[in-house]
Parts: sequence; C-alpha cells; structure tokens
Amino acid sequence: MKYFMLIWAGIWRKPVRTILTMLSIVVAFLLFGMLQGVNQGINSQLANNNGNRLWTISRMSQVQAIPIGHMSRIKTVAGVREVAHLSFFGGYFQDSRNSIGAFATNIDAFANVYPELRITPEMVQAMQTTRTGAVIGKPLAEKFKWKVGDQIPIGMPTMSNKAGSNTYMFDIVGIFDPTPEIANSPLGTGFWFNYDYFTEARAFGAGSVHQYITTITDARKAGEISSAIDKLFANSPDETRTQTEAASLQAQLKQLADINFIVNAIVGAVLFTLLFLTANTMMQSVRERIPELAVLRTLGFSSTSMLVLVLSESFLLCAFAAMLGLGLGAIGLRGLGTMIGITAIPTIVVVMGIGIAALLALASGLPPALRAQRLNIVDALAGR
Amino acid sequence: MSKAIELRNIVKTYTRGNQKVEVLHGLDLEVDTGEFVALMGPSGSGKTTLLNLIAGLDNPTKGELKVAGENIEKLSGAALAKWRSRNIGFVFQFYNLLPVLTAERNVEVPLLLTNLSSAQRKKNVAAALQLVGLADRAHHKPSELSGGQQQRVSIARAIVADPTILVCDEPTGDLDRENAEEILGLLQTLNRSHGKTIVMVTHDPLAANHASRQIHMDKGRLVDGSRTAA
Repeated sequence: MKYFMLIWAGIWRKPVRTILTMLSIVVAFLLFGMLQGVNQGINSQLANNNGNRLWTISRMSQVQAIPIGHMSRIKTVAGVREVAHLSFFGGYFQDSRNSIGAFATNIDAFANVYPELRITPEMVQAMQTTRTGAVIGKPLAEKFKWKVGDQIPIGMPTMSNKAGSNTYMFDIVGIFDPTPEIANSPLGTGFWFNYDYFTEARAFGAGSVHQYITTITDARKAGEISSAIDKLFANSPDETRTQTEAASLQAQLKQLADINFIVNAIVGAVLFTLLFLTANTMMQSVRERIPELAVLRTLGFSSTSMLVLVLSESFLLCAFAAMLGLGLGAIGLRGLGTMIGITAIPTIVVVMGIGIAALLALASGLPPALRAQRLNIVDALAGR
Repeated sequence: MSKAIELRNIVKTYTRGNQKVEVLHGLDLEVDTGEFVALMGPSGSGKTTLLNLIAGLDNPTKGELKVAGENIEKLSGAALAKWRSRNIGFVFQFYNLLPVLTAERNVEVPLLLTNLSSAQRKKNVAAALQLVGLADRAHHKPSELSGGQQQRVSIARAIVADPTILVCDEPTGDLDRENAEEILGLLQTLNRSHGKTIVMVTHDPLAANHASRQIHMDKGRLVDGSRTAA
C-alpha cells in the first residue's frame, strides 16, 4: 500500500494521455457491459423459461389470428394440463408515445400458466366480476402512477370498436407484483384485460386469438405433445405451430438477428483494438520514464519491485476504467433495458468483465514491466 | 581510522559491440570514514565509472570492492539493491526528482524500502527537509522549485534514510555559482557535522576545494590523491 503513491504518480505523469486511455477502456467496457448484459440476460431468460409451457401460434405467422375454438380441442390432447390464450395489440395511453403492451386473455387460466406473475385469486375474481376489468404489473402502475379503481382509456390504433372509436375504457382491478426475473418482460409490463369483453366490443376479428399457452404435465414429452396439438389442425385453414416457450423465444430472436454472434463480434473487435491501444500507452509511458525508473533502482528498489510497480499501474488503470465502464453500462441498461426487459448486468457479465480487464492489464503491462525489470541502471542513467 | 571504501586492483571492462574497452586499469583506493573526497579528471577518465562501482550500481570485472564494510562485488542483484538502500545516498547532476511527486513525497521514496511507519517516515522527511532548509517547500512539486532548491530536495532524499556514504555526480554541474556554493556548503555540513563520507565527482576546481581530498584520474588510473586543508 505504501508504494501506491509511486503507482499513482506513474499513472498521472501524462494526465491527458491517461485520461484518453481511460476513456477508451471505459467506453469499451460500457459497450461490453451493455451488449453482453443484454445477451446474457436474454440467454438467462430463455434458460429460466418453464419447460412445461408450450406456445401455439398460427403456422403462417405469429401475428396471424387463429380461432378461439382451437382451445377446447387442445385441451383434449393427452398430457395437457391447462390452456390460456392471449391476443396482443399495440396500445397507448393518452399519447401514442406512451406505448403499452395490451393483451386480451382468459385471466383464470392465464394466472395459472404464469404463476411467476403472481396474479392472485382475488384479482382473478375481480376480473371475472368486472367485464371492463384489467390487471397490471407493479412496474406499469408505478410508471403511470395508476392505482386500483382508476378508469383508464387505452388507445388501440389497429383495432377499432363497434362505436367507431379506437379507445377502450378499462377499470384497474388489480396490481400484481411479478418476480424480478419477469418484472420487466412484456408479460410483467403488460396491460391485461378480459378477452370476452374485448372480443364483444371490437368491430372485427371476434372469435380469434393470437396465441395459446399450454402447460403440460411432463416437460420430457413436450415434443410429442406439440406434435399432437399441431396434428389436430393439420390440413385445416388454421394450421398451427407449437413449440416450447424457450424455442419460440429463440426463434423470435433469430428472426431479428443472431444477437449472440453480433455481440461477441463487436465486443471482441473492441477489446482487441483496446489491447493494442493500452499496450502502446504503457510502453510509451515506461519508455519516457526510463531515467526515473533508473533512479528508483539506484535508490534501492529491486528489479522485481520494478516489475510489480509497472504491472500494478497497468492493473490499476484497467481495473478502475473497466469498473467505471461496467458501472455506466449498468446505469445505461437500467434506463434503456426496460424496452427489452433486461435492466441489470448479470453477475456473470461483471465477473467476465473483471477477468477481461485483468487479462488486458496483464497483456498490456507485461512487456513494459519486463523492460523495467531488466533495466541496466548505468545505461539508463547515462541515457543509453 | 576505519575505511569507508577500499578498492583493490579494480578493473572494469565494457563490451561495446564486438569491442572490449577497459576503462579502469587495476585501481587501488582507500577512503576513510568521514572523509570528503572530490574525484576529478577529464571526460572519459573513468570518474563516473568508479563512482558507479563505489555506489554498487555496477560490478567490477576484476578486483575487490569493499564499501561500508561489505564486499559488494560478491552481492547478487537483489542483495546489492538492499545494500544500496541502507548504505548509499545519491545526488545527481540533474537532481532526478520524480516530477509528479511533491518535495516531501520525493524525499520519502527511499524510506518506502524501510519498515518505518507512515508517521515515522513523515517525521524523518520533515527533519531532512529542515536540514536542507526547505521545510516551507515540502508541498511544492519540482517544477515549482529553482534548480538550487531541487538539488537540496535531492540531497534531502539522499540523507533521509541515514546512509553512511553519499555519492554525488557533478552535484553543482547544473547550478550557478551562488547556488553551487550553497550546495557545497550543505555537503560540507553533512560531512563535518553529521559524519557522512562523501565521494563527489566534479570538473569544477572551486567545487573540489570544498573536499578534504582531491583525487585526480586520467585514462582509467589515479594520478594524484593529495589531501587539502578544506
């Protein structure tokens, strides 16, 4: 610890260069934290998905509606425990910029297939006794400062009602407190209302839904049951595709892009470039300080001390900047991540970040540290 | 009187490219404890090489080198570094202070190699700065000090760990006459009042006059080692 002043002095000998190098590391680890945070967060969410849940959608596309009549037939498949359905609409509150995921569902079954949402029996009962009822997650309630008893108008641009308007009125009858893993997902932040009320009120599309969610008794039979469900509707105008929840989510993500590959490619390129930048800075810093290092050796510092001093500089610089970058990444993700349901950098990413920072420090600090260690005092003092 | 420095048949050869150059040719030298020796001679005569050997910065090619009671030519790199930290104080021509550190931090550097507590280190640093007359400049960085003041800080750094021997390589070479006289006076005080053995390389006869003995070198050999009344 008493050598800290020498390490600190070494780092700040050229403040502008140090700040610029630090900024590079901060930005690199900010990117690393946010991108890997999203990536790992998605992987983790996929891994956490209940293997007992199957999603059934139209074989044509996810946005293609399928008949509500499918539900009773799905229930007949052996191994099926419960079936919920949902229909999704891009809604908004007051202003189109206040977008909300609006979902029509059969709340009693839905509360059972998604126990992690923690929709209580009292809320289910309230929904059943209030046709215009809606339940919302705590995050959405806090965002708009809504409370039970509030009457909320929700605009749905793609779904006008029989009165010729795009606005539907709902009464908040329950605010559920989802588990942290699901709190910021579209499910946790959704606006859930009665399918029966909605399908009667809307001008067209009555009797159809977008998706079924089925819980099954044995996750090992997921493939078999999925095939059995799809077989029910084969060669009909409304063929279906059934997959496990995790497989469905992965398929959805793949439609967007191979996020894993893109994230790894970007982060890899950034860190590779950073390695050269930091190594160059450290080399230059030591080269400029050869006479000063020679003075330290003259005063009695051993060659091993010199190695440790220079490596410590590298570690301090990289660790501080990396932690700052990861910290800013965490703040950034908290702000931006609500859109994708990932608001915190997973611990594994922080650990990976620290590991990469240590490797970066070692790789960039070792060559100049070895140079400092092998310093010939007489030659260095003579400027040779 | 005991000997602070004893050199027997010292030979130093450097290899530059394919050539071997012998710069010291079988030197013998004794310096008493508490003596102030000025090492003089033309450029290339081997003064700095001899000073580096005495200070344990370099090893002789041949010969026996006993300094502060230790045969230092037999010490390994790490042991030699430790020996230097305990026995030798250095004063350089261009001060060689660490530019980012304040005067007191610069003076503290040799004490980092000791087991002294932070409070004790601070106390010793304050005493050293007081001795060189720079107690009021403790928090200034080298760039905020004049050349003479920087050399005083350098001397404070050299004496703070209380070494027995001070080696000074042209300590007044970068100073005007007035500052040079002050530095030489300070070195004399350290020699006379604090018993430090001083070996000083200089080109300047006026500086050499402050020493108790002047040793002249030429082409790697001692040519004269008369004692003066200084």
